[in-house]
Amino acid sequence: MLELRNITKRFGDVLANDRVSFKVEPGTIHAIVGENGAGKSTAMRIAYGFYTADGGEILVDGQVQEIRTPHDAIALGIGMVHQHFMLVEPMTVAENIVLGAEPGSSTSLDLRKAAEEIRKVSDEFKLAVDPNATIETLSVGQQQRVELLKALYRHAQLLILDEPTAVLTPQEVEEFFAILRRMREQGKTIVIITHKLSEVLAISDNVTVMRDGRVVGDLRTAETNAAELARLMVGREVLLRVEKPDARAGASVCSLRGLSILGRDGTKRVDNVSLEVRAGEIVGIAGVEGNGQTELIEALAGLIPGSHVSGSIAFEGHDITGLDARSRKERGIAHVPEDRHRRGLLLDFSLAENTILGVHYRRPAVSGAGSFLLDQKGIQRRAEEVIRDFDVRPPNPLLPARALSGGNQQKLIIGREFELPPKLLLVSQPTRGVDIGAIEFIHRKIVAMRDAGCAVLLVSAELEEVTALSDRLLVIQKGRIVGEVDPKVATNEEIGLMMTGGHR
Amino acid sequence: MKLLREILFPLLAVLLAFIVGGIVVFVIGDSPIQTYRLLIGSAFSWPDGIGYTLFYATPLIFTGLAVAVAFRCGLLNIGAEGQLYIGAFATAWVGIKFGGVFIKSPGGDIVSSPIANLPMLVLLPLCCLVAIAAGAVWGGIPGLLKARFGSHEVINTIMLNFVAVALVSYFTQYHYKTPGDAILQTAPISPSAHIARLGKFVPGLPERIPVNLAFVLALIACTLVYVLLWKTKWGYEIRATGANPSAAEYGGISIRKQIILAMAISGGLAGMVGINEVLGYRYRYYDGFSANYGFVGIAVALLGRNHPVGVFLAAILFAILLRGGIFVDAFTVHVSKDIVDMLQGIIIVFVAAEAAFRGPIKKFGLLKRAKV
Repeated sequence: MLELRNITKRFGDVLANDRVSFKVEPGTIHAIVGENGAGKSTAMRIAYGFYTADGGEILVDGQVQEIRTPHDAIALGIGMVHQHFMLVEPMTVAENIVLGAEPGSSTSLDLRKAAEEIRKVSDEFKLAVDPNATIETLSVGQQQRVELLKALYRHAQLLILDEPTAVLTPQEVEEFFAILRRMREQGKTIVIITHKLSEVLAISDNVTVMRDGRVVGDLRTAETNAAELARLMVGREVLLRVEKPDARAGASVCSLRGLSILGRDGTKRVDNVSLEVRAGEIVGIAGVEGNGQTELIEALAGLIPGSHVSGSIAFEGHDITGLDARSRKERGIAHVPEDRHRRGLLLDFSLAENTILGVHYRRPAVSGAGSFLLDQKGIQRRAEEVIRDFDVRPPNPLLPARALSGGNQQKLIIGREFELPPKLLLVSQPTRGVDIGAIEFIHRKIVAMRDAGCAVLLVSAELEEVTALSDRLLVIQKGRIVGEVDPKVATNEEIGLMMTGGHR
Repeated sequence: MKLLREILFPLLAVLLAFIVGGIVVFVIGDSPIQTYRLLIGSAFSWPDGIGYTLFYATPLIFTGLAVAVAFRCGLLNIGAEGQLYIGAFATAWVGIKFGGVFIKSPGGDIVSSPIANLPMLVLLPLCCLVAIAAGAVWGGIPGLLKARFGSHEVINTIMLNFVAVALVSYFTQYHYKTPGDAILQTAPISPSAHIARLGKFVPGLPERIPVNLAFVLALIACTLVYVLLWKTKWGYEIRATGANPSAAEYGGISIRKQIILAMAISGGLAGMVGINEVLGYRYRYYDGFSANYGFVGIAVALLGRNHPVGVFLAAILFAILLRGGIFVDAFTVHVSKDIVDMLQGIIIVFVAAEAAFRGPIKKFGLLKRAKV
């Protein structure tokens, strides 16, 4: 169906694709895996006409084709669904789908006919999407199906899906995979870009593994396993399981009583939450994103105005509800924020300047108590420590943070926060968009902090991550803690059901 | 590499502006070379050319720094014009009221009597501080409004320009003018509040040329702004707020405080224009004295990439144009001094459109991104 031959693409000095060749058989689900920056998205964007390759050729149905724009790709029956949806929220499903290919004459728009056709396609693949619903009323899973419909409506025979499950709950992933299998039965070909090995094994027929812009493996899924794929992706043996001894929990470090938080719009985001985190344990919070985790962590870090927070937060026996972010940090609360670009880093500042964010007013950032002059040598030394201890690459404190890969940016933040050193660690989505190699490293560091007696509160949308790391696991849904499970025994289905408001 | 990039684009913008300007001059019917010789060359004669260029550059350095400091905090201070009027009037007021100056009508009636007659050692520093403080207050108001109510500083600084101009005109006209004076200006300030002209110290530079110690003050201000922004924890907080307010907040920095602080510093720097104008040049407040210094300051900061060194260089360039414009007006047949405004405008267009020629430059490999 689709074949890439020796596709090469450079971005400046970076060789994003180096003679990439692989073949997608018609009527199959083909997974492309690799770490961030391995070149998998680049290769598929070339196939979809977003980028043009510097060398090599693309064959569709055995014919060499020039694909210069997405228009060319669509004409050849290739569709693509992006990681970030490209939908106009206030418009209806039908309006979104016909956008760019409006039916009717040049002066009139025949939406009714389009809606009919969309309904037909939707029924064919059992997508259950109402063409007349507006996008903003749809759930994330439904919006994704709209994206699928968009491609199907344009008669795509081959669909390229870029990280399609990143935004879905475990249940939605199951549904979504069922849809993909149905599409395969109907003769469609699907290319799925992902970095989640469990999904590769669950859904694909064939898998292409990429590393550093090259294809390093072309395998039949039935003949491989997670360990082999991980080794190919990273280039060395990887521990997929987190090795950790049982927790030896000590005294309570942080306790929340009846905490409720209002969002900016005045709606309740966190509803009467009480919980306790003890020294030397990792308490995980599982939940579909947007169910109050963000607000909970930010309220603990002192980043939500007091007027929006009710209830009490006690830290080491003292009420800290009224303290600001700096005083909380002074007391030993470190925070790895969920959005490293928005919250965690000053992207245009150097690594050195980033390692003093939050402690820039005291040693070693300034030469002494009460001094207002920055101590460049002290900052340099601290930066070197963080870079060395947390393996930040490239190890140049003068580089802007923007120049680092996501994994290294995250290691920089984690290093900065871990070296406070904290008594309570708030960790939110610690490995989002981070390579497998770095994930392993970050997980080990979090466990090491726990073993050193730090209390850890962990939020992650990756169910596997929270279950693997946590000693106790709480499930949050619509701002309420709906239950606590033992991460060692609970199954993903069980937790997933609680996350979505089902029964225990 | 970084330094080259910082300098290359502004230089390119200036160069392109001159090429476009040259075409316009040619079309109008004068010789571009002749015109540019007048425009630029006249700034380098000694002592008049250089002296006046430095004099014109002084207020632009202050306003350029003012805009740059605010910008580093993520704020657009369009109100330097108002802030410098307030600063200038305030310093004149102190120079009159605390300098023992009586304002009398032609009939001998006292219109205004002084509060004190301070010696130079006290009066002069006081006048300088008041210029800064008054500008800081006027700049701090929109800062406060933004921090407290979230109202946009661009709107508020623009509006406060009108208020400032009207306010100082009113006080000049009705309270501090020498009655019968046909010009809208205050009575002269006390001689104890005069600051020396550079001619007093520089051999060969006559004292009639108004460049004064405020220029030295401007250089000091450049240094201090650099130290503040890059060498102190306060500067770190201001820059962090400008670079990413959300991350600054996460780092325990009060964004509201930084906004007020940056706007006050910005206003204070703009207010220092009053020192040059009132204490060093006219020795009185002269209504409407500013040749849009506050607005040209935005261009200066933009071209100078919001860095004190860049601001200094850009201010000198714009001062050269201001000075040269007079000669272009006088000695060419068709071209008027409006060419200066045109060049300034084109420079800014090119600076603002930096991204547009970043692409081609990359293509020619002039600026390969440093691979790390």
